[in-house]
Amino acid sequence: MTAQADVGYHAIQHGRWHRGEIAFWIVALACAFVFPSRYLIMTDIVRLALFALSLDLILGYAGIVSLGHAAFFGVGAYGAGLLALHGIIAEPVLALVAAGLVAMALGFLTSFLVIRGVDLTRLMVTLGIALLLEALAERFSSITGGTDGLQGIEMQPILGLFAFDMFGRTGFFYALAVLFLLFLLARRIVHSPFGLSLRAIRNNPLRAAAIGIPVNRRLIAVYTLAAFYAGIAGALFTQTTAIASLDVFSFERSADLMLVLVIGGTGYLYGGLIGAVVFRMLQEMFSTITPQYWQFWIGLVLVVIVLVGRQRLHRVALWLPNLVITQLAGRKAAVVLPESEAP
Amino acid sequence: MTSILTNLFDGVAYGMLLFVLACGLAVTLGLMNFVNLAHGAFAMAGGYVCAVLVNQAGWPFFAGLPLAFIASALIGVVLERLLYRHLYARSHLDQVLFSVGLVFMSVAAVDYIMGSSRVFIKLPAALEGQFDLFGVGIGRYRLMIIVICGLLTAGLQLVLAKTRFGSRLRAAVDDPRAASGLGINVPQVFAFTFAFGCGLAGLGGALSAEILGLDPYFPLKFMIYFLIVVTVGGSSSITGPFLASLLLGIGDVAGKYYVPKMGPFVIYALMIVILIWRPNGLFGRTAAR
Repeated sequence: MTAQADVGYHAIQHGRWHRGEIAFWIVALACAFVFPSRYLIMTDIVRLALFALSLDLILGYAGIVSLGHAAFFGVGAYGAGLLALHGIIAEPVLALVAAGLVAMALGFLTSFLVIRGVDLTRLMVTLGIALLLEALAERFSSITGGTDGLQGIEMQPILGLFAFDMFGRTGFFYALAVLFLLFLLARRIVHSPFGLSLRAIRNNPLRAAAIGIPVNRRLIAVYTLAAFYAGIAGALFTQTTAIASLDVFSFERSADLMLVLVIGGTGYLYGGLIGAVVFRMLQEMFSTITPQYWQFWIGLVLVVIVLVGRQRLHRVALWLPNLVITQLAGRKAAVVLPESEAP
Repeated sequence: MTSILTNLFDGVAYGMLLFVLACGLAVTLGLMNFVNLAHGAFAMAGGYVCAVLVNQAGWPFFAGLPLAFIASALIGVVLERLLYRHLYARSHLDQVLFSVGLVFMSVAAVDYIMGSSRVFIKLPAALEGQFDLFGVGIGRYRLMIIVICGLLTAGLQLVLAKTRFGSRLRAAVDDPRAASGLGINVPQVFAFTFAFGCGLAGLGGALSAEILGLDPYFPLKFMIYFLIVVTVGGSSSITGPFLASLLLGIGDVAGKYYVPKMGPFVIYALMIVILIWRPNGLFGRTAAR
């Protein structure tokens, strides 16, 4: 077997669906029927998961550290809100795509700023862009509603068939469907040659350039894609909650997002989804203990995760599931360490 | 004409204050290459220590300032020895996560202990009001800030350039391995510098309660300003951040006075343009490694 065919064989093997993955999605769907009274928070988790998936694309696969990913979330949120409020595109799915495309355009434009410079400059530029948009949204309060936010958004039925109900049932299935579709797309992309080249760039940009990967063009492409995903997440936020306020751009949103991804682990797509579930549960738990000061505990979790070490933490967390799987299935563990963090 | 000069004066005072607040960060971020987003938390700690001493214990304002410095420096050295030093060699992502976690903790903790409203420090009567100098209104408090910060800047420059410690620090930053080979205790030098930078931030925090406002969200609100000072100023010398702070201070005051509607928009846009134009900062050559 030639080397090239060998690489292709392993890439295809790696891209196959595991049983664990199928089980994951069945469990996600089952949640809808097991907890019928918790649609609102589950919708929240799904939105956050999609947002985290978007950050995973650039952080986990391309190694771009962004402190301002909320910028695209905010653009998507206001985009969907304005489209619905003024009745430009009344149908939610079309509006969702349109808002995502607006965020994508912004992502494309700002990607040229982001690919310049190293980590520190990137941090500053991404943070600056989010702050800039927040200042703009505050400045043009006649359009955005300023600190009050957009109010009085009324959503039309999805595809003209399913109306949003007050329990959030439609909203949840809608969000889950969007997440699943976009996840399939992301999964296809990261297992394609394009995705493999991104990983090469993350591991060593210089080497990637030397073997003929157009580094800048790939980074622009993935950054634009991630902006699209974040825009969709923002649009989902507006459509399922019927509000959009200035805090969609806030720094805390970007920082929380990093925590979500760090809890779940980067570079294997499920990290964002698992992280979103754990993060919301932690947040719920902390805010029942100390309603006003839950941020303290979130901060503590961040500090502890970093000090203990992200890799070590994930190894410990995966020890039990792996043990069960090897005992039951009697073969190689299906749940493995995220590739980027394997020692 | 006089309003321009008064604005310029206010801008200089603001810029000087920013420099004292941020120059500790210039060392950790610029020289030691550690992304410490929690720098504002040390400033806030100093501000609150001073506020408690002056308002509740009845200390005179000028006795509260050195205590603010000492308290922040102590917190700095403890945290450096316990936590920060383990992270010097980690990735920027880890450093960002860690320091953001510290910021969240400090915001919630101060909110819990001191309440979420803005805190004012009682000033002695001699510092209140303003006087006219050739028709230009000069605030007494701002004049004091310029004097204190000017002296500190000159002192810092002297220490870095002329003393033995200064040359040790420069050596440790240029090449830690070679420096430790020459018998310089690099971790100690870093710890001391980190603590000193935190102390300066604490002093700046105490001074800034009157001008910037002191509340639990201080570290989040001004984080971007500190980062701007360091990234725009570069870190090859202390003059880069100093000039950047002055520019930022004058620009911000003038922006708020002449185009109040644009708010902080101008500052952020300028920062992005400068970073794109010169990723290593306006005055630096080796800032980003």
